[in-house]
Amino acid sequence: MKSFTYERPGTPAEAAAAMAQRPDAKFIAGGTNLLDLMKLQVEAPSHLVDVNGLGLDAIEETPEGGLRIGALVRNTDLAADDRVRRDYGVLARALLAGATGQLRNQATTAGNLLQRTRCPYFYDTAQACNKRQPGSGCSALDGVSRQLAVIGGSDACIATNPSDMAVAMRVLDATVETVDAGGTGRTIPIAAFHRLPGDEPERDTVLKHDELITAVTLPKPLGGVQVYRKVRDRASYAFALVSVAVVIQPDGTGRVAFGGLAHKPWRVEAAEGELPRGPKATASAALAGAAPTPDNAFKLTLAERTLGAALKQARA
Amino acid sequence: MAGASAPASLAALPGIARAVPGPGDDAPVTARVALTVNGVRREIDLDLRTSLLDAMREHLHLTGSKKGCDHGQCGACTMIVNGRRINGCLTLAVMHQGAEITTIEGLGQPDALHPLQAAFVTHDGYQCGYCTPGQICSGVAVLEEIRAGIPSHATGDLTRPPELSEAEIRERMSGNLCRCGAYSNIVEAMTDYAEQASGSRA
Repeated sequence: MKSFTYERPGTPAEAAAAMAQRPDAKFIAGGTNLLDLMKLQVEAPSHLVDVNGLGLDAIEETPEGGLRIGALVRNTDLAADDRVRRDYGVLARALLAGATGQLRNQATTAGNLLQRTRCPYFYDTAQACNKRQPGSGCSALDGVSRQLAVIGGSDACIATNPSDMAVAMRVLDATVETVDAGGTGRTIPIAAFHRLPGDEPERDTVLKHDELITAVTLPKPLGGVQVYRKVRDRASYAFALVSVAVVIQPDGTGRVAFGGLAHKPWRVEAAEGELPRGPKATASAALAGAAPTPDNAFKLTLAERTLGAALKQARA
Repeated sequence: MAGASAPASLAALPGIARAVPGPGDDAPVTARVALTVNGVRREIDLDLRTSLLDAMREHLHLTGSKKGCDHGQCGACTMIVNGRRINGCLTLAVMHQGAEITTIEGLGQPDALHPLQAAFVTHDGYQCGYCTPGQICSGVAVLEEIRAGIPSHATGDLTRPPELSEAEIRERMSGNLCRCGAYSNIVEAMTDYAEQASGSRA
């Protein structure tokens, strides 16, 4: 691990200001992904801004009837919150489908959104990777790509976003609240928060360097039946090959987002009109334009079948 | 600049020219970190890169916590920090100023085993023993999590408290790998201990 300096500011404004002064600094909260990457020197910040002293750890009801989740609420606490379990079951289920008890105790809401979109070649510093080293090429395109993206990728990158939580946040239309060093706040719809790789795969999100997430807000509960279904290579503690988050209303209409398929949680609102016609029609519409590799073409069939299973579960 | 920066202790370390490295420089930066470990307050000067696991093993010589993968995948380093189990390898010691840390040494000693340690012996919950300290720290915390009503992926109805079941224990222990494959005996040991513990509280 490369050496670094460290500070622990007391307010969000100080934290953002500290970042603005150091172009190669990183925020650290739970650190479960950042330290993993720093040990491999995939990430090598020269300065860490530890945000664990900022508070930002409450879950509060909003005037609109939703929930405002502080950036530092741990994944365990978010999944265990009674309001989340009752009104946003898809979010609790997605959180609990991710990582391990140890990691969820440490990982934060904002950190979960900011974990790197990744691929085995991103982790292997002996391989070309445009995300790790822009312009170096993509070893995955002709490499082992079974876990990687089937849609929304580019010639530069086919990494997948591994977050389960983000898939649920996407189906719930969460918004991300931030503040920068100038004190300017903004609210980013989750749909616009994560990026597709394009020719800048090194940028996973739209955040600026000095922009600190302060909260993630959920709109008022959608009701309906909420299901998160994850298919993976082992029963626990593995990334999704495919995951499906659905919210289904009594009349059969609803929402669906997919994980494990793209550089960001994959949701196509226009395809949701097909939900009453079933999984085949819906998945075809949501995944039109997919460009899988021979290694991961199975994910398209798996996505349709996982959606089918989720819909069956929702209607049971 | 709260916490660590250019500490005076650097002067005591030989061969270090500068306290604060510039870009490309890899000189260590140190900080004094105060922790309460197994009930005893400890203060140590650490390179900021030191994980909580390395602080325990290399600096406090509490070698019960093990380093397996050093990437949060195996759980051998599991310790209890402010009442919660975490991977000691995936967190920096300096991030835990003032924290209360319990390692396997704080749970039990050879002449005074923690009841879950005793249950591991009774049920043969290990072979080589390398993962065992992490399994036991994790196991103690898992049973607390179930008692506290924290749900898991194996919980059937999220609106009800989780039950103590084999499925719950297996899911919640998925962050602790055992290469010897003692899993079924670990589940038995945890179940036995949990039943004893709930009996003694009743």
